[in-house]
Amino acid sequence: MARELSAVLDHVARIGALDLDDVAPTSHVVADTMPTHPALRPDEPRPCLPREVALAQAPAVSEDGFLVPSPQA
Amino acid sequence: MSDVVGLSAFDAARAIAAGSLSAEELFEVYRARAASDRAAGVDGLNCFTWVAAEPPDAVAASAQAPLEGVPLAVKDLFCTEGVPSQSGSRILEGYLPPYTASVVRRLHSAGVRLLAKTNQDEFAMGSSNENSAFGAVRNPWDRERVPGGSSGGSAAAVAAGLAPWALGTDTGGSIRQPAALCGIVGMKPTYGSVSRYGMIAFASSLDQAGPLTRDVRDAALLLGHMVGHDPCDATSLRFPHTIELPTAERLDGVRLGVPEELAGASSLEGEGIEAGVLDAFRAALARAEELGAQVSDVRLPHAPHALSAYYVIAPAEASSNLARFDGVRYGLRAADAADLLDMYTRTRHDGFGAEVKRRIMLGTYALSSGYYDAYYDRAQRVRTKIAEDFRAAFAQVDLIVTPTAPTVAFKLGEKTADPLAMYLNDFCTVPMSLAGIPAISIPCGLSQGLPVGLQLAGPAFSENRVLDAAHALEQSIGFDGSAVRKRSSLPAPAQGPPLSEILNLPRES
Repeated sequence: MARELSAVLDHVARIGALDLDDVAPTSHVVADTMPTHPALRPDEPRPCLPREVALAQAPAVSEDGFLVPSPQA
Repeated sequence: MSDVVGLSAFDAARAIAAGSLSAEELFEVYRARAASDRAAGVDGLNCFTWVAAEPPDAVAASAQAPLEGVPLAVKDLFCTEGVPSQSGSRILEGYLPPYTASVVRRLHSAGVRLLAKTNQDEFAMGSSNENSAFGAVRNPWDRERVPGGSSGGSAAAVAAGLAPWALGTDTGGSIRQPAALCGIVGMKPTYGSVSRYGMIAFASSLDQAGPLTRDVRDAALLLGHMVGHDPCDATSLRFPHTIELPTAERLDGVRLGVPEELAGASSLEGEGIEAGVLDAFRAALARAEELGAQVSDVRLPHAPHALSAYYVIAPAEASSNLARFDGVRYGLRAADAADLLDMYTRTRHDGFGAEVKRRIMLGTYALSSGYYDAYYDRAQRVRTKIAEDFRAAFAQVDLIVTPTAPTVAFKLGEKTADPLAMYLNDFCTVPMSLAGIPAISIPCGLSQGLPVGLQLAGPAFSENRVLDAAHALEQSIGFDGSAVRKRSSLPAPAQGPPLSEILNLPRES
């Protein structure tokens, strides 16, 4: 896999040859150029999943929370 | 014996609304065909990861629903409440989401019924559908060949008549390329026009849902019920107008631009664009001129760098998005882990396939301290230049046309050993993804007996213009994929009115 990743990185490195000093990076490719389309909504709290639904697909639960192995063996 | 499988989704919806076709019969015909393919496993096309066991209840008060009763196949990565949604990955095997993706809910409200979930490349990473944890999908035109990817199950199912139409997602070409390789229509709309809420994320600044259909009118019909602002998706935009059903039969005055960078014989490194693909493409351009289009050369100077930028941006975003699969809240957890870190490591080792691991490593590297400016930031600047190239081009022409994919469907296993060769499949589709603009692939002919796709792209929110031009070309080309649907020996309905009777409806035009 190291050889494959190197080949991809070599291909990707070609963008290093371009002069991009005065170019702004893209954020939202459509909204960036269309100020009438706000990209973000107000960050307001909304109802979320009930606890039991959120836990229903967890591999292990305990005391109304996700159960994981101890960080230290 | 009726042949409801011969109906387009548009005609099926009209027949149901007119009372000449039963929604239950239509659903059962497709359900039986899809279930037969699923039961056949690798001996079939392996299009599906789940098929409805029985017809779902009709939508409440749906008598006037515009798409009432038309079955829909949905790519595995769309969350569907209580129905397995696994994104083609072992790490999500058997996952039952607690909610349904906004776009699927929207279509459900319009009357469509969930027929099946379709096989795909794992987390939508691939161009051949060979990266699925649930096995490769086969191309119905030639079972020894790939259907393209990542929406390969959706494309193969529609081409084989196992579903009237399907949902896919496109990050760098994952709707358009499989549509091209399977001889059907696939459209990626303007970025932000369809909600991503409930789509299992690959690369959030690029992912966009779209239709895979038999013809352009079906694509317009389905897309028209998909677009719309959704407060649950922070990148969602308000689509500024209604998607109209295309009616154009001529291209008088339409200016088509052909970029040498994406449509020339020497535009692609390595083996370049296949001669048979270029022949079919050029024949379609000649046809466009006969229909009144003005075809001219146009430049996209930064397009050759699109693939390099894409293979920074998409893996970078994927490495962040896929951090959530850690064995804690859902999906696979490796057993007998010594501690928490061991659990994370072994879960991700066991749960992800090779291509996903490859991209997570690439993306993590590109985002790592000291490399961010050289890779991600730089790639996003290239993206700005590519979007500027398109805007400059659209000052001169109405639409840009290219081949959709550099080759016809290739053999299973042919490119799996060389990731870069696989990535080059998206050479012609990635620039439009980076620019966020709408693009459609329509079948434009055959090469070696296999379908060739033609891509039409327009400025942001020009879907109606793109669809109209694609419709005019489609009508003139007259591509016929019906033999592939009939080739299947899958069950057909035993009883029912003849097709002519079903279709004997008043026409609006």
